[in-house]
Amino acid sequence: MTRFLARRLVQMAVLFVVFLTIVWLLLQAMPGDITNTMVGNPDIPPEVRMDIRERLGLDRPLWQQYLTYLVNFFRGEWGVSFSRYPQPVSNVIWAALPRTLVLFLTATLLAFWMGFKSGKLIAWGRGGTTEQTFIVGGVFLQTVFYPWFAIVMMWLFGFYLGWFPIGRFITAQVWQGSPFNANDMFEELIVTAFVAALVYTIGRQVVRRLATSVVWEGRFRSLLALVSVGGLVLYWYLHPGRTYAADIVHHLMLPVITLGLVTFGATMLLTRSAMLETLEDDYILTARAKGLPDKAIRDRHAARNAMLPVTTSLVLSLAFVIGGGIVTEFVFSWPGMGSLLLEAIRVSDIPLAAAILAMTGVLALFGHLVADILYSVLDPRIRIT
Amino acid sequence: MSVGQPVKPETDETLHTSPSIDELVGTGPVVATPLWRVRLRLMRRSLGQNWALFRENKMGMVGLVLIAMFALMAISHPILMATVWDPAIYHPLRGHHAVVQEFTIVEEVTDETTQIELNEARIRLNPFVDVGEVVRIPTQPAPPTLTGEYPHLLGTDNQGRDILSQLLFSTRAAFFLGVVAALTSVVIATTVGSVAAYFGGWIDGGLMRFADLILLMPILPLLIVMSAAMEINMVMLGVIIGILNGFGGVAIVLKSQALSIKVKAFIDAAKVAGGGDWHVIFRHIVPNVLPLTFLYMMFGITEAIAIEATLSFFGLLNVEMSWGLMIHFAQANGYLLSGTTYWWLLFPAGLAVTFMAFAFFLVGRGMDEVVNPRLRAR
Repeated sequence: MTRFLARRLVQMAVLFVVFLTIVWLLLQAMPGDITNTMVGNPDIPPEVRMDIRERLGLDRPLWQQYLTYLVNFFRGEWGVSFSRYPQPVSNVIWAALPRTLVLFLTATLLAFWMGFKSGKLIAWGRGGTTEQTFIVGGVFLQTVFYPWFAIVMMWLFGFYLGWFPIGRFITAQVWQGSPFNANDMFEELIVTAFVAALVYTIGRQVVRRLATSVVWEGRFRSLLALVSVGGLVLYWYLHPGRTYAADIVHHLMLPVITLGLVTFGATMLLTRSAMLETLEDDYILTARAKGLPDKAIRDRHAARNAMLPVTTSLVLSLAFVIGGGIVTEFVFSWPGMGSLLLEAIRVSDIPLAAAILAMTGVLALFGHLVADILYSVLDPRIRIT
Repeated sequence: MSVGQPVKPETDETLHTSPSIDELVGTGPVVATPLWRVRLRLMRRSLGQNWALFRENKMGMVGLVLIAMFALMAISHPILMATVWDPAIYHPLRGHHAVVQEFTIVEEVTDETTQIELNEARIRLNPFVDVGEVVRIPTQPAPPTLTGEYPHLLGTDNQGRDILSQLLFSTRAAFFLGVVAALTSVVIATTVGSVAAYFGGWIDGGLMRFADLILLMPILPLLIVMSAAMEINMVMLGVIIGILNGFGGVAIVLKSQALSIKVKAFIDAAKVAGGGDWHVIFRHIVPNVLPLTFLYMMFGITEAIAIEATLSFFGLLNVEMSWGLMIHFAQANGYLLSGTTYWWLLFPAGLAVTFMAFAFFLVGRGMDEVVNPRLRAR
């Protein structure tokens, strides 16, 4: 396992350097150089421009510039943002990163979990109107023009029905005179939710080891879910800033649902076809012949193996979800990295845009790594070779 | 010379003499049919079989019908422009028509499309109008009109341009983009996959590692940043998406398919017969992985259409008119939350993208069932 992980990490590092090289090449492909943006005023004499070029190291040979770029990137020096001038790019990105991560993670995990469940169920009950409805719905969700879908969702639930606030991160009226900082509050939300999830996951493993029967395992698991979710709710209920936290969560809901629905459709369809393939295997026939209950065959024998291709697709859909995240943030004015990227492009804030692109690469690679670890946990054959 | 008869040397003599009894009956079991005819017949037979399989899939057929409808839409635009539509009014980019609409003057506006507030009417028209009067004002965006001298079946946008004309005009571009992206990706994927499978070793390793990298590439952010560096038009976008698509996932799938073909006996036979590496790859391996590529072409088109529409929606592409751009205009001009009030600004374009992607996706799934027997319904 450690050897597998180590090899994977080295591969990731190499991939990331290649990715950074592509970003650098893109920067080089732009007409002129960065000083053109800095000294756009024709009254500024050319000597000043040459001076800036020298100070930024743009007069050095290309390979030196390339190495400097790589070294600076890993040291976290990503330059100064043009549009938010004195601020370094890293500050701007660190402020937006948690918001993007939360949107991205919640939507992906929820969609993956629900999609797997429903895909499993419709594959099991093959050939009914329910299956047809789910398939058509899934295909629609997978092929729908996402920006349009997000707009319609926002109009329907935010404007027409008024269940959710329309876009943005917080409601200004609610937060007026608030003793709390929205970003700190948001981070506290993330930490507590993470702790609750951790408690649930660890508890689940413990229950699996200790439970004597499937029935008791199920009961314990429900209890565990109740405790972790209940604990989270109780913590925030007793928190002095609960109205503010509720406001943030309220703003988060619609983007998460919208982004999640699309991933949900894809996961469901994929789980269904993977299940159908698995169900034709001989060991399912053996399990049936042994007289095992249907539920055990479905959940223990078929679904676990059907999970493998779904995990692979999770990796492949990462790039898509990142793209979807940008659209979601744009449509819902969610102030994350996606809106930041579009804003940076609009005002030609090249350092910021390049750094965000590199960060999305980090995000994709990190997701890939997580999926790989998950895969090796699910499939022992990977660990051994 | 007709089919199925023995080939005789084509001299003047054979052409002018009447056929002998040997020629009419045939000289035995040796029937020399030209190779291309055999190939054509085989191809037709396998096509026929696959078509029969495909037809069983209702969803796939729905997809085909939808694609045919879109093709009709694409063809109809130039015809309509040349015959019934006046270019000054209906041109998708430069046309203009401010539809004159009747508004009732009221104190409190409840329906934006048929009522106008008293103060606004006094400022815009004349200060002597009063509540209850019906006034005629040129409006943009105008709701759909079916009658009149210049009917707009789907209304006009906020610059007075016909939505239906824009919709039909954009269909052509969408098809064009899909075809460019699909062709590029197929050419690259078959070449990369076959070469990697045939040569193996470090060539295989290198190509597949590169494919892994491309697979991880966040395409949309990359294209967004690229659009800042250069002007991206439809052809470039198609080629870029095709390369990213073809070098990534499709190449990996096709490589495994090519591997299973590489070990077959006819490849060895071709090598023994003196076929060079490239001959074997392009004449024997590529034709055998080609059917699978059609499947990925369909999914590739779906993806290309979605990416183009998304980039146009952000207003980052250098295109004249496209479905995504239509939604961009609606969004940029403040009709984002208009919902059903100005439905013709958001819904036709959004549904067009959705249905086109849907159609190609359905056809792809139908093909998937033809290629992959395990997916078929029992």
